[in-house]
Amino acid sequence: MVRSRIDRRRFLAGVALAGAASATSEGAKAATSPIIEEAPRPSALRPSAAVAAAETGTPQISAKPAGMPGSDFMVDVIKSLDIPYLPSNPAQSFRGLHESLIDYGGNKKPEFLTCTHEETSVAMAHGYFKIAGKPLLVLCHGTVGLQHAAMAIYNAWCDRVPVIVMGGTDLDASKRPPGVPTFHSAQDVCALIRDFTKWDDQPVSLQHFAQSFVRAYKLAMTPPYEPVALALDAELQEMTANDRAKLTIPRYVPTAPPQGDLNAVREAARLLANAEHPVIVVDKCARTPNGVKLLVELAEALQAPVIDQKGRMNFPNTHHLSQNARSRALIGEADVILGLELSDYWATVNAFIDNGEINGTGLQESHIKATTKLISISSVLLNTKSNYQDFQRLQVVDIEMAADAEATLPALIEAVKQALPSSRRAAIEARGVGMKKAWSEARDRTRQAAAYAWDVSPVGTARMVMEVYVQIKDLDWSSVGGDRQLSSWASRLWPMEKHYHHIGGPGGYGIGYGAPAAVGAALANRDAGRFSVNFQPDGDMMYSPGVLWTAAHHRIPLLTVMHNNRGYHQEVMHVQRVANRRNRVAYAGKDLGPIGTRIENPVIDYGKLASSLGIWSAGPITDPNDLAPALKKAVQIVKAGEPALVDVVTQPR
Amino acid sequence: MIVRALIVLPVIVIFAQNPAVAASAEHGKVAYMQHGCWQCHGTVGQGSIATSGGKPLAPDPLPWEAFSSFVRSTNRAMPPYSDKILTDGDLQDIYAYLQSIPKPPDAKTIPLLNP
Repeated sequence: MVRSRIDRRRFLAGVALAGAASATSEGAKAATSPIIEEAPRPSALRPSAAVAAAETGTPQISAKPAGMPGSDFMVDVIKSLDIPYLPSNPAQSFRGLHESLIDYGGNKKPEFLTCTHEETSVAMAHGYFKIAGKPLLVLCHGTVGLQHAAMAIYNAWCDRVPVIVMGGTDLDASKRPPGVPTFHSAQDVCALIRDFTKWDDQPVSLQHFAQSFVRAYKLAMTPPYEPVALALDAELQEMTANDRAKLTIPRYVPTAPPQGDLNAVREAARLLANAEHPVIVVDKCARTPNGVKLLVELAEALQAPVIDQKGRMNFPNTHHLSQNARSRALIGEADVILGLELSDYWATVNAFIDNGEINGTGLQESHIKATTKLISISSVLLNTKSNYQDFQRLQVVDIEMAADAEATLPALIEAVKQALPSSRRAAIEARGVGMKKAWSEARDRTRQAAAYAWDVSPVGTARMVMEVYVQIKDLDWSSVGGDRQLSSWASRLWPMEKHYHHIGGPGGYGIGYGAPAAVGAALANRDAGRFSVNFQPDGDMMYSPGVLWTAAHHRIPLLTVMHNNRGYHQEVMHVQRVANRRNRVAYAGKDLGPIGTRIENPVIDYGKLASSLGIWSAGPITDPNDLAPALKKAVQIVKAGEPALVDVVTQPR
Repeated sequence: MIVRALIVLPVIVIFAQNPAVAASAEHGKVAYMQHGCWQCHGTVGQGSIATSGGKPLAPDPLPWEAFSSFVRSTNRAMPPYSDKILTDGDLQDIYAYLQSIPKPPDAKTIPLLNP
């Protein structure tokens, strides 16, 4: 190949010289001689036979080195962990592994999913895990790709979701190409995400890679689940493994999750069994479908109300012990509160009111009685990172277990059953009767609340949610987006019982999670034969609209219903609050909210956006009576295996 | 299409405290939107559990004295609106607008809410 390049260079140089000589002689002739018609001549010298062969023949390839490409071995390692997909944006720094994955690995397990942004790649992996329970691998382009991915990795970190991230780099400065590849390399490329990954490594040999990849997977999948990272050296990918037989792949053996100390479990059970008003609060408790069953068993043993903060689908909202509608009152009267994998225990039992009081920090009030006993089971206590503040305020509790809640539930259920005094059984049964009545009343109140703004334009969020539900209620559906931005109507009005009926939120509340996480979750649902729907906030969509193309390209069926309130709504209220505090009118300019917070003038046509990315679309819809036909058609498209988007112009919340 | 809840009837509300003040629901709706009330409470005062504790402003708003006192001096999640930000006239018109909003239908009569 090198010889061929030199030959071409000499050939081109010859052409240039001949051209110059020809031009000079022609000019001289024109000045001194009459014009004579001549047969056209070639503008360049004919190449010699050897040069022609070098230019047009099959390139001479040097003898293939013995052994296998290093990145082929990496594929063997990756395949040992049965990773189904690899959402990534292509990049030079992992070209060796990329080629091995699709050619040596046959583009199966993992299958490369073409993404348009690394933030999208990681968020897709995030959403996929919350449905399938399996982590995906994401390749990122060294310094630049990891920086793009950083926000999504932080969301996964805060949401306790495992993702295997590999960042390409080219370590040897004396060998790597200058210019762009050097801009994209770093001596410690994982440093920029180390604060919010559980573990990382930079393998310097293929055997080191095998060991670290399996270790990374194992650590990611040990509660608390978290993202992990590996630096992927370019030379390691493109080197030759001379003796494959000497390389070994460690066997993956899942680590048993940490369980609560038995003495602490028994003491917690004693408090719960003897409580007059026990309350169970859950956030990211149910890691698996079995977690939902265990939680139901515990709640029924105590007939204790469950308040679900919805980090996961923890507890069926059709169960009479699902008491979210009365959360404030129940926490206020509780004598024992059991918190399971709470992201923020302090905010569960206290209130922070952002009104500028107390030296400008706001009011802080306790919601509980001074005598209320607090119990916590959370694996997040095992995290030891300190820079990012996802661990929230310190809440003093009476019994605290650094353990995985779901893994501890069997022992806790057993201990509760043993601790329940027979004298309490009648009271516990009566508590259950009261809960049934309260649940029924709350359901009626919620439905009546949904009737407000039923016919308005912009479309009411309750109306939009129920127009969707009536179209999909007979399907095996899965809500793959959050619904906090639309008054939680889906999780208040739809019967949610199965672990895939909702998947919680982003974790770190970093915008740009919604659309790609929904596509990732829809991918997992596609493989399980389920119908996926995502209520998609408009501001979030504009961070990562390219994921719609990924959904179209890979035929990932997903119904996206735009919650298009044409604003960064939360920020609207923040600016308004501060302006009022300063006794000033928040300046809106030509918009319907403070400058900088609205997405209007011009408005965005999400239907056209989706169409341009290869997705069937309808809207913008402003009249609620136009929803049903559009949604009906969209559901047909999705049932046929394609993504569809319906743009609905909505009320703010 | 008739959007029932957005029809702003030319309601004139006579305030008991100040019979000389005639409030305009039509202007009240404009003021309600301009001052950002709709951002938390929705365009027809329906409220949201995310931004207003799930409490609707309309129909049947609080009695005027309680309503205006709350708007002027609340120290809870909603920021107070002084008369420098929101004039008495605009506040009265907003109140008239809220009074003009019709009652929602009974949920039991909406098939979609009883699937």
